[in-house]
Amino acid sequence: MALFGSLSERLNHIFSKLTKRGRLTELEIRSAMREVRIALLEADVNLRVAKQFIAEVSEKAVGQQVLESLNPAQQVIKIVNEELIALMGSGNAKLEVASKPPTVILMCGLQGAGKTTLCGKLALQLKKQGKRPLLVACDIYRPAAIDQLKVVGKKAETEVFEKGTQNPAKTAKQAVEYALKMGYDTVVVDTAGRLHIDDALMKELEEIKKTVDVTEILLTVDAMTGQDAVNVAQTFNERLDVTGVILTKLDGDTRGGACLSIKAVTGKPIKFVGVGEKLTDLEPFYPDRMASRILGMGDVLSLIEKAQEAVTEQQAQEMQRKLREASFTLTDYLQQFEALKKMGGAGALASMLPGAGKMKINEKDIDEKKMEHTKAIILSMTPKERDNPQIINSQRKRRIALGSGTTVQEINQLLKQFEQTKMLMKQLKGGKGKMRLPF
Amino acid sequence: MGLFGKIKNALKKTKDGLAHKMRQLFLKDKIGREFYDELEEILISADVSVRTAEEVVEQVREEAIGNKIKDERYVTDLLKDILEDTLNEAEIPEITYPCVLMFVGVNGVGKTTTIGKVANYFVSKKKSVTVAAADTFRAAASDQLNVWAERAGVRIVKHEEGSDPSAVIFDAVASAKAKGTDVVLVDTAGRLHVKENLMNELKKMDRVVTREFPEAAFYKLLVLDATTGQNAVNQARVFDEAVELDGIVLTKLDGTAKGGFVFSLCGELGIPVVFAGVGEKIDDLVPFDAEEFVEGFI
Repeated sequence: MALFGSLSERLNHIFSKLTKRGRLTELEIRSAMREVRIALLEADVNLRVAKQFIAEVSEKAVGQQVLESLNPAQQVIKIVNEELIALMGSGNAKLEVASKPPTVILMCGLQGAGKTTLCGKLALQLKKQGKRPLLVACDIYRPAAIDQLKVVGKKAETEVFEKGTQNPAKTAKQAVEYALKMGYDTVVVDTAGRLHIDDALMKELEEIKKTVDVTEILLTVDAMTGQDAVNVAQTFNERLDVTGVILTKLDGDTRGGACLSIKAVTGKPIKFVGVGEKLTDLEPFYPDRMASRILGMGDVLSLIEKAQEAVTEQQAQEMQRKLREASFTLTDYLQQFEALKKMGGAGALASMLPGAGKMKINEKDIDEKKMEHTKAIILSMTPKERDNPQIINSQRKRRIALGSGTTVQEINQLLKQFEQTKMLMKQLKGGKGKMRLPF
Repeated sequence: MGLFGKIKNALKKTKDGLAHKMRQLFLKDKIGREFYDELEEILISADVSVRTAEEVVEQVREEAIGNKIKDERYVTDLLKDILEDTLNEAEIPEITYPCVLMFVGVNGVGKTTTIGKVANYFVSKKKSVTVAAADTFRAAASDQLNVWAERAGVRIVKHEEGSDPSAVIFDAVASAKAKGTDVVLVDTAGRLHVKENLMNELKKMDRVVTREFPEAAFYKLLVLDATTGQNAVNQARVFDEAVELDGIVLTKLDGTAKGGFVFSLCGELGIPVVFAGVGEKIDDLVPFDAEEFVEGFI
């Protein structure tokens, strides 16, 4: 996606500008947040929600210590990501069960959000949990909506209760009575899609809520919804006090920022997400996945995560010192390879790293097999050789080649490469505005 | 007819309209850097893509500075002109008969309902219409289309659920040719643009129409829900790559969403908006009018 590329580019730009360590300053936060703001807006997070979120997170971020393995921009992104997860993740995501059966679940939402399909998915899920669900057809407006629910019910092997186009509240009431009589413990009520500003139809939902004892009112929202998601969620919530939200069509390529908007204005938990057209395509909501999807910085985020895991702070400090003093040895070189491996290999790292292009990492350099050979070569050296590569003469080279199962040419290559790396590091250290190595 | 103004009215429904926001903006700020930043935000809050909003505002700013415009009313006019020009960058195709109109789009945007309304539109123009129920996937989709066909008083060609959609099209086209029908409207199953196999199925349907009815004009229309956000541009791009779109039908304009992504569709992708859906009744569909849309939008 073009979007993705441009975002990484912009972040890369910040990375190259901000190399200072220590605590986060307002300036650093502000410049990183500018990018976060665009990321959120491009993901369809409502403008007001995005602004407020950024204001709150910025305040929290001021003065926070920048982790040794990260740069300030990455640190800000890390905080943003954690706050996103915290914001979207709070609340009970399980379906409530009524103390006195049956549990009644009322579905509501705009037209085309995917309510009817969702009814089938829920029925199937409930059955898997050992429940006995009943589906109720209360969409009396859309042509063939009742037929559609019947087909869906058949696929989910669940009975569908319908009374044609009679008043939905009355149908719901009869359905509950029927459920009690037939021993169904959960009643899922499908309703017509309606605009939140359609007063008459919103009253109809309120009437159903008044008539039967509803346990869950689930607002179904299309994950592709734009800025208007706040208006929709707010109105439905104000009128019905919904108990939870289900996000549908997440199998598309939408970033799904509507999710954050809805959570922010209603405070209600996101209970499930729809991820496909099959009835089994219903998943629990994972706030961490959603956060990285909304930020659209999956690459940067996994880099942050992996960098944290792979390198301890002490190691990083030691490496820093060595870089400063240019006393970098083959032992360190080996250590780097180990760290790289922990981070999923150089190939994976290079693809995740904004600015990898700048460092001229090409395919040849990150050949994993070659890395293994390099490791073997270094391990076949004596500690003295590792620390002072200049002492490696042709006799030593032959011994090392024999020990590592490689050739003298390969050893020459490695030594040359090592010298180049050292040069590169000196340049990085010396020149201003160059990016930091990820180890 | 009373049709004129429907788009505008549909868009004007929200109290929280852009015009209101812009008035607030004019009250508060002198025209300067911040003013334009906020103008950009106002556009984004109506689902105009971030990039298009930046471009449009930059254009407004340059022209306002160039012409030394300081009065906010003129800035509003300038913005309207630029937005209208953006929409007019894509030309609405002239419809010739006989023709086939195929409606494509993601799930739940209102394709079937749109076809009911479009059928009614052509009937009101005294054209003979056949609808093809080529959404053989969604439960009861053909039943739904059948109801609309009855309402509009047009013929329907349908097969069993789960059958090959291309076969439905084949039959509908054969029947239209035999009967000399003016317009064939093809309903297709909703599909997310990221599902490659479903997009391939669509390409096949596209080929069947082209091959079986070469003498007919063939228009492929993407149906987009006005409540959609920035993803609408992705959708249009991918559908356009698959079947070369001739136009957009913008549905559900009667809600509080503004459908601001259309500026990117017309400006960046060059795909015109052809019809707008403004309600649930059969006559709640109007040919798109750029001027009216912009009037309602701001």
